[in-house]
Amino acid sequence: MERTNDGVARTRLAVRCLSEMSESPPKVTRQEVEDFLYAEAALLDAWRLEEWLDLLTEDARYLVPPTDTRDGDPVTSLFIVADDIVRIRSRVKQLLGKSAWAEKPRSRTRRLISNVRIVENNGDSVKAAANFAVYRMRYELIDTYVGCYEYELIVRSGKLKIRERKAILDLEALRPHGKISFIL
Amino acid sequence: MDGVSLHRLVIDDEARGLFRVNRRIFTEPEYLEIERRRIFETCWIYAAHESELPRPGDFVSRRVAGRPVIAIRGDDGAVRVLLNTCTHRGALVCREDRGNAKSFQCPYHAWTFSQRGELIGVPGEESYSPAFDRKELTLGQPARVDTYRGFIFINFNRDAGELTDYLAGAKEYLDLVCDQSETGMKVSQGLQAYSIRANWKLLVENSYDGYHAVSAHRRYMRFLEDTGIDIKGSMNPRQEVDLGTGAGKGSRALDLGNGHAVIEYESPWGRPIAYWAPSFGESAKGRIEAARRRLEERFGAERAWRISGTSRNLGIFPNLVVNDIMAVTIRTFFPLTPDYLEVNAWSLAPANEHPQDAALRHDNFLTFLGPGGFATPDDIEMLETCQRGFANHEVEWSDISRGMKSAHPLMSDELQMRAFWRRWNELMTGSHARGSQCAA
Repeated sequence: MERTNDGVARTRLAVRCLSEMSESPPKVTRQEVEDFLYAEAALLDAWRLEEWLDLLTEDARYLVPPTDTRDGDPVTSLFIVADDIVRIRSRVKQLLGKSAWAEKPRSRTRRLISNVRIVENNGDSVKAAANFAVYRMRYELIDTYVGCYEYELIVRSGKLKIRERKAILDLEALRPHGKISFIL
Repeated sequence: MDGVSLHRLVIDDEARGLFRVNRRIFTEPEYLEIERRRIFETCWIYAAHESELPRPGDFVSRRVAGRPVIAIRGDDGAVRVLLNTCTHRGALVCREDRGNAKSFQCPYHAWTFSQRGELIGVPGEESYSPAFDRKELTLGQPARVDTYRGFIFINFNRDAGELTDYLAGAKEYLDLVCDQSETGMKVSQGLQAYSIRANWKLLVENSYDGYHAVSAHRRYMRFLEDTGIDIKGSMNPRQEVDLGTGAGKGSRALDLGNGHAVIEYESPWGRPIAYWAPSFGESAKGRIEAARRRLEERFGAERAWRISGTSRNLGIFPNLVVNDIMAVTIRTFFPLTPDYLEVNAWSLAPANEHPQDAALRHDNFLTFLGPGGFATPDDIEMLETCQRGFANHEVEWSDISRGMKSAHPLMSDELQMRAFWRRWNELMTGSHARGSQCAA
């Protein structure tokens, strides 16, 4: 048995050496994606939104599909949020400004992220999915947003960046939540 | 109503130019009970849009005025509305939000109903007495169903007047919306279903309130400026101008009869229907200008300008809003309790819109409208904080007097709300509030 295991280990090492020799980049691991999503969630919960913007690519999109058409396309379906990078940056500027009344005073939020999966891995780009429960506390009420994130991540200068971030709600309607005034 | 005072809920003091609404009607459940019977069961209520039912058998199933109903296009092409409750023991016969059906079978005991609501299947029917009559067990229907330019309305009052009479001056404003397209208007896929922890009448007021735009929507105005739009002075115009000419920045507020009202104003924002803005990009300019020329060919320059260059916030009594602003939204709502309402909102667009224009329209819609937009969440916040404020019941009245003595009421006045409140008061109390006076 020992010999067999040893053999497997040697083979793996050889494969790894081969892959390094062919200079294909090491594939992003689930661990790395998890760490990235946890760090992102911490920034959002702390309202460190300028730093959150640094996680996005120059062509990033942030999407929340409507609750009745979760597989819709923002061109043919009316979404709840369908921001390009211009509107994402504006959203952040508004939220950090003085007149986003729906978030003044700010909500408290707490994000629980789990079931992180890599759906597609192309080396320098990754499609990942994760379940979420985002609790929003305001005026002593708690609203829970439940759903699944779908991310398109790319590697830039050795770091993960978000090219697309879709928050697909499992809620059948935004009731009694009413609104998504923070970044979900 | 037993024990509920309907006296002095609305003060309409024309002589002094003061208009007040008693805040009890936002908070006390007794008034909601009366509203259900005297308003929501006597007025024409928007249920669905014909474009949601393009093919025979297509149906949508939703709550309208708090009731589960089915709107279905029959194989004969006619649109019908059925009350979604089995005539046997009550279960919902349809539990899908939309689809296509030849018939509806209740899952409880498998009674089956046709597209017209006729009872066409009863398992073990031989066990019933000879008096059992299928014809008496047809699915219920609202007393009246009618449509205006694709908008399907229902009415629970058999004696209600005709829909076209009911719509009164609002018809012209629905025409301005529907005339945008030569191929008809279509509700886009994607329902914005949300709620507000506030009284439903606050959303009526808010939906055509031009006074709050500068303060409550400051961040939206800044966003518009950032996209290259010069909005200075355009959101709170002090002069009325002839909207027909398109000269200058102007606005007006109109009472359209039967509690309907509108504000109409030159658009500070771009409109996907033939009114270009820098954020649309140079590539869209040619298409949008061509659409404008086509409107001018069809309607002449003046009406083409009204259709494309002006915006309008239209309130159709009691609970339908058609805001033709940076896009067109159909918004309808219903109170579950005095301090909680449910909203359904859709985008209405030309049926054969170019995909690039459709994308532009959705983008433009979402900048302002909806529960994730840059404006609607702040409206919701305002309404919810009003409702919280009402707990101070010693502060009895809300003031709706703005512009009451003006010969030319503007969007930033409150004439449109007074039109709603006068009709509300008539239906609730059976009498006019006009001439009532504020206590000195």
